[in-house]
Amino acid sequence: MKDIHDIEITINGERRAVTVESRRTLADVLRHDLGLTGTHLGCEHGVCGACTVLVDGLPARSCLMFGVQADGREVETVEGLGTPENLNTLQQAFMTEHGLQCGFCTPGFLMLLTALLRENPNPSDDEIRDVVASNICRCTGYAGILRAARLAADSDAIAT
Amino acid sequence: MKPSAFEYHRVRSVDEAVSLLTRLGGDAKLLAGGQSLVGMMNFRLARPSALIDISLVDALNYITSNEEGLRIGALTSHRAVERLDDPVASERFSVLPRSAHWIGHYAIRSVGTFGGSIAHADPAAEWCMLALLLDAEVVAVGPQGERVVPIGDFFTGFLQTDLAEDEMLTEVRIRTAWPHAALHEFSRRHGDFAIVAAAAAVQMSGDHCTDARIVIGGVDSTVIRVADAESVLTGATINAEAIGEAAAAAARAVDPPEDLNGSAAYRRHLTEVLVRRALDEAIAHGE
Repeated sequence: MKDIHDIEITINGERRAVTVESRRTLADVLRHDLGLTGTHLGCEHGVCGACTVLVDGLPARSCLMFGVQADGREVETVEGLGTPENLNTLQQAFMTEHGLQCGFCTPGFLMLLTALLRENPNPSDDEIRDVVASNICRCTGYAGILRAARLAADSDAIAT
Repeated sequence: MKPSAFEYHRVRSVDEAVSLLTRLGGDAKLLAGGQSLVGMMNFRLARPSALIDISLVDALNYITSNEEGLRIGALTSHRAVERLDDPVASERFSVLPRSAHWIGHYAIRSVGTFGGSIAHADPAAEWCMLALLLDAEVVAVGPQGERVVPIGDFFTGFLQTDLAEDEMLTEVRIRTAWPHAALHEFSRRHGDFAIVAAAAAVQMSGDHCTDARIVIGGVDSTVIRVADAESVLTGATINAEAIGEAAAAAARAVDPPEDLNGSAAYRRHLTEVLVRRALDEAIAHGE
């Protein structure tokens, strides 16, 4: 017997109603039920951080949370940042500083750093390095990501 | 990498959680931050028939301190402990916020909970080690009401605790202040579980040690206290020689397992090095 729930999630400011099986992770609800494929899934057990989103403003791995748990809560995904025509400050900084190569891990890094810069708009290089260690990137060697985070912090206009 | 099916229940109070635990039986699990449980479910290492989501029981999200000590509500996030700014608590129990950075990463610490970590009882978990180090007490609530379990009786085996199937951990209490305390660990990648971790706490009178605790993680089925190392320190004048002797005694006392991460001899070596580091920091801190 499937355990089915009707839930409502506020995603990037918009209320979305969806019917989910309880075992469906938030990541799969976002991607498959809501078509928000910007959230990527790497390891599906909380190690790689590719699926990082914000839940009630805090960074969370959407593979370690069930969609049904987000009922009545606010979720922010990479789709809520800038648009391709109008990147936000952090996204622009990733482009300027070559903070990505293949781009698979990028949405997770963007959401992780969005959370950091909201909590602490002026982090030290060490604090950025510590937070960036949360997520796995297999292309860049991280140097570009660290520079991008520094540039975004220094431009003191983190889009929210 | 998808969990098997389960029934989902969201509760808003401890009473609701306990009555559901009682009704649903032993295959039901409490879901707090889920940072260990959901990963295990994705691997199907855990297949609970039902999850009782307690993450929104706001009444269990607190840290309070007074003359009786520190109380941490079960649903307090790791991050909240890391950012503890109560001046009394952060002086007397500063080892808690100082050690939080060893736990996972920023996103994990934002969601994972203090009580969840204690109830999960991983033998390398930082909060389990510090609870044992600081003589904590665990408050458990079941259908018969509340009971208080000394931490020495709480961890009963690998991921096993003294909690009954229908009981829920609601609070951890620490009565005695240990300003001289520290935790050190080693893992291959920061944020991974420690291969070995060591925590040390000493009560000092001048350079004389009046009481000591040494706890090791990652070398047994639970976090463990090492009486042989503690007895070297208690009553002794603390200097580099005493610290070295205590570290060597800890390394002799542990009986670590071997696995892909290291041999037993390597873990014993790490035990000695990490006990020394933890003691050095513990003694230097609060001077």
